[in-house]
Amino acid sequence: MSYAAVHEDDHHDHKPTGIGRWLFSTNHKDIGTMYLVFALIMFFVGGAMAMVIRAELFQPGLQYVDPQFFNSMTTIHALVMIFGALMPAGVGLANWMIPMMIGAPDMAMPRMNNMSFWILPFAFTLLLSTFFMQGGAPAAGWTMYPPLVLQMGDGFPFLIFAIHFLGLSSIMGAINIIATVFNMRAPHMGFMKLPLFVWTWIITAFLLIAAMPVFAGAVTMLLTDKYFGTAFFDAAGGGDPVMFQHLFWFFGHPEVYIVALPAFGMVSDVLATHARKNIFGYRMMVWAILAIGGLSFVVWAHHMYVSGMNPYFGFFFATTTLIIAIPTALKVYNWVLTLWQGNIHLRVPMLFAIAFIFTFVHGGLTGLFLGNVVVDLPLSDTYFVVAHFHMVMGVSPVLVVFASIYHWFPKMSGRMFNETLGRWHFWLTFLGTYSIYLPMHYLGFLGVPRRYYAMGTTDFIPESAQTLNATMTIAAIIVALAQLIFLYNMVISLRNGKKSGPNPWGATTLEWQTPDTPPKHGNWGDELPVVHRWPYDYSVPGEEQDFTPQTVPASEVPVGRDHGVTHG
Amino acid sequence: MTVTLIFLAVIMITVIVWLLRQTLNVQPWVSDPAADAVSGTSLPAHTKTIGLTAFLAVATSLFALFVSAYTLRMQMVDWRPLPEPDLLWINTGFLVLASVAYQWTRGQAIKGHDPAVKAGLLTSGILSMLFLGGQFVAWQQLNGAGYYLSSNPANAFFYLLTAVHGIHLLGGLFVWARSTLKVWGGGEADTVRLSIELCTVYWHFLLLVWVVLFGLLLST
Repeated sequence: MSYAAVHEDDHHDHKPTGIGRWLFSTNHKDIGTMYLVFALIMFFVGGAMAMVIRAELFQPGLQYVDPQFFNSMTTIHALVMIFGALMPAGVGLANWMIPMMIGAPDMAMPRMNNMSFWILPFAFTLLLSTFFMQGGAPAAGWTMYPPLVLQMGDGFPFLIFAIHFLGLSSIMGAINIIATVFNMRAPHMGFMKLPLFVWTWIITAFLLIAAMPVFAGAVTMLLTDKYFGTAFFDAAGGGDPVMFQHLFWFFGHPEVYIVALPAFGMVSDVLATHARKNIFGYRMMVWAILAIGGLSFVVWAHHMYVSGMNPYFGFFFATTTLIIAIPTALKVYNWVLTLWQGNIHLRVPMLFAIAFIFTFVHGGLTGLFLGNVVVDLPLSDTYFVVAHFHMVMGVSPVLVVFASIYHWFPKMSGRMFNETLGRWHFWLTFLGTYSIYLPMHYLGFLGVPRRYYAMGTTDFIPESAQTLNATMTIAAIIVALAQLIFLYNMVISLRNGKKSGPNPWGATTLEWQTPDTPPKHGNWGDELPVVHRWPYDYSVPGEEQDFTPQTVPASEVPVGRDHGVTHG
Repeated sequence: MTVTLIFLAVIMITVIVWLLRQTLNVQPWVSDPAADAVSGTSLPAHTKTIGLTAFLAVATSLFALFVSAYTLRMQMVDWRPLPEPDLLWINTGFLVLASVAYQWTRGQAIKGHDPAVKAGLLTSGILSMLFLGGQFVAWQQLNGAGYYLSSNPANAFFYLLTAVHGIHLLGGLFVWARSTLKVWGGGEADTVRLSIELCTVYWHFLLLVWVVLFGLLLST
C-alpha cells in the first residue's frame, strides 16, 4: 500500500451516521465490532439453549420439553455456538487486529469484508426460523448424519442453505485475510516479524479455504438426496451413509483447528505481554502452527472409530492423531516456559489466558484417550466425549476470546474495563465451567450416553449419577449468570470507564502504536509505521523500559543490547 | 477420498513450504538494520489476483470432493453408467473457443485496442452462453431418453457435476457482464484490464475443470 492510498481513505471519513454507518461500513474496525457483537448475541442464544438442556437433565425423567425439542436444542446449540459465536468472535478480533498488527490502513477488500459479515445474520435467520416450521428445527445433531437428518421436515432446505451461506461468509473472510496479510504489510514487516495471532490466522484462512467447500458440497448432496431423489448417502436408495461421515469429518476436524488456532495465537500474544517476556520459541511456535495446519487434514476418521471401518484404517488415524499431539504439546510447553521467570502481571486478560492453559491441557489429554481406538470404543457417544470437546473447543477458546476482549478493550474503546467485575467474571466462569465438565467425564466413564433427555433405570448407572447431573445444572446456571457480569462490565465501561491511554499494558505490537486511541479510520494518519524489530521485545537487558515497540529503530536503543549481540 | 487427499496435500505442502521458506535462517529476535532493508516485501501481485487465486483453490477443493465422491460411489454394484450425448463434444468446443477468445481479448486489452476488446469480450461471452445452452440441451436429451436424475447414482452425479460447473461459469459471466457493459458503455479498455486478465485465468480454469470432468464421465 502506498501513502496515496492512505490519503484516499481519509476522504471516506465523512461516513454516514446511524444505521447506515453499520450497514454499509467498509471500516475493518466497525465490521470487527459487528462481528463481536453478533458473536456475543449468539453466545447468549446458544447459552440459553444449553440452559434448556441442563434444566431438562436436572431431574430424572421428562420434565419440561418434548424429546424432539430436546434434540433440536442439542443440535442448534452446537451450530449456534460453533458457527455463530466462536468463529465470528475469532473473525471479529482478526478484523479488528490484523490490519493494525501488520501496519495496514484497512483490510485488502473492504467491501467484501462488509458482505461477509452481513451474510451471517441472514444465515442465522434462515437457521433459527426452522423452529417455526412444520417438522421443527434440525434435531439430528450438528453432524447431520444421514439417514436421520433426511427425515427432517420443511426446515431442511433452510438448514442446508444456512450452512451454504455460513461457508460463503467464512471463505470470503479467509480470502480477505490472506490478501491482507500477503499484500498489505507495513514497510519491513517480514513474515517473521508478525505477531503469532497473525500467523495463526494465515493458517486458519488456508484451513477454511480447503475444508469449507467440502462441507458445502457434502450438504448439497444431502439436499439432492432429499428433494431430487438422488442416493448419495440414502441407504434406502443404495447410498452410503458412512461416506457422508467421511466427508463431514474431513471438514469437521479442520474446523476444530479453525476455532482453536486463532485462540492459540491470541493467547500467545496475551501471555507474552502480561508476563513481560518474549514468547518462548517463536520460530518453534510458527512451525508448530504450520504442522498442526497440515496434519489436521489427516486425522478426521478418529471421529468414526465406531462406524465399522477397517481396523488398519483406525490404526492409521490413531497414529496421526497422536502425531498431531506433538506440535500441540510443544505449544503448551512454550506457553508455560513463557511464564517461567516472567514478570507476571495477574490482570484480568492474563487470568483468562493462564486458565486457558489449564483447560486446554485438560481437554487435550482426554483427546489422547479418545484418539486411541481401544479406549475410544467404550467411551464413544458417552458424556466423556461431550466433556472432552467442551473443554477443548468450547471452554478453552471462549476463555481466550474473553482474554482477548479484555486485553484489547482499551485499544478498541479508549477506556478501561472494571477490574473487579472482570475478576468476578473470571473466577465464576473458570471454576464454574470446571464444576460442569469435570463431573461430566465421570458420567462418561460410568457409560451414561449423550444426547438422551432422560435415563431409564439400568444396571450400570447408579442413582448417584443423577446427583451429579443436578450439580452440573446448578453450576451451569451460575456460569450463565456470570456472563451477564461481562455484558454489564462492557456496557458501563464503554461509557464510564476511565481513559486508558494508547498503550496501557506496555505492549510492543503495532496495534498499540496507533496515533489515536481508539484508532481513526485508516489507523495511521498520514504515514504508515515502519517496522524495525520482532513483536516480542519485552524486558530486554540494558533497556530503560521493559518493552520496545516494533516501531523503534535500532539506532534509538543502546548499542550492544539485543542479547549481547553488537550491530553497527 | 484419495483424490481430495492428494489435492489437499499438494495445496497444503505448497503453502507450508512457501511459508516455511520465510521462516528459515531468520533470527527475528535480533533487530538488524541491514536485514530490515531487505525483508518484509509484500507480494508484487494485486489484491484481486490473490483473491482469485484463493478462490480457485476453493473451487478446486469443491470439485475434488465431487470427483472423489464419484470414484468412491462408482465402485458399488448398482452403478450403471449413462451414455454421454455427443452434444457434449460440441459444447466442449464452445468452451475451448471461449477460453481462446478471452486469451485474445486479454492481449488486446494489454495493447489498449478498445474496439478489439469490445469484440473479443462479446465473442467469449456468447461462446460461453452457447456452452451453457448446450449443456442444458444435453440435459433435456438425457431426460428425454429416460436417464432421470433419480434413476441411478451415475445419473445423479452427471447432473450434479455439470450443474456445479455451470454455476461456476455463470458466476464468471456475471463479472464478464460487468466489464462488457463498462466497455460498451464507452469506458476505456484500460479500466477493465485487470478484470479481463483475471477472467482469462478463470475461464482457463473452468475449461480445465470441464476437461477433467468430461474425461471422467467418458472413461467410466
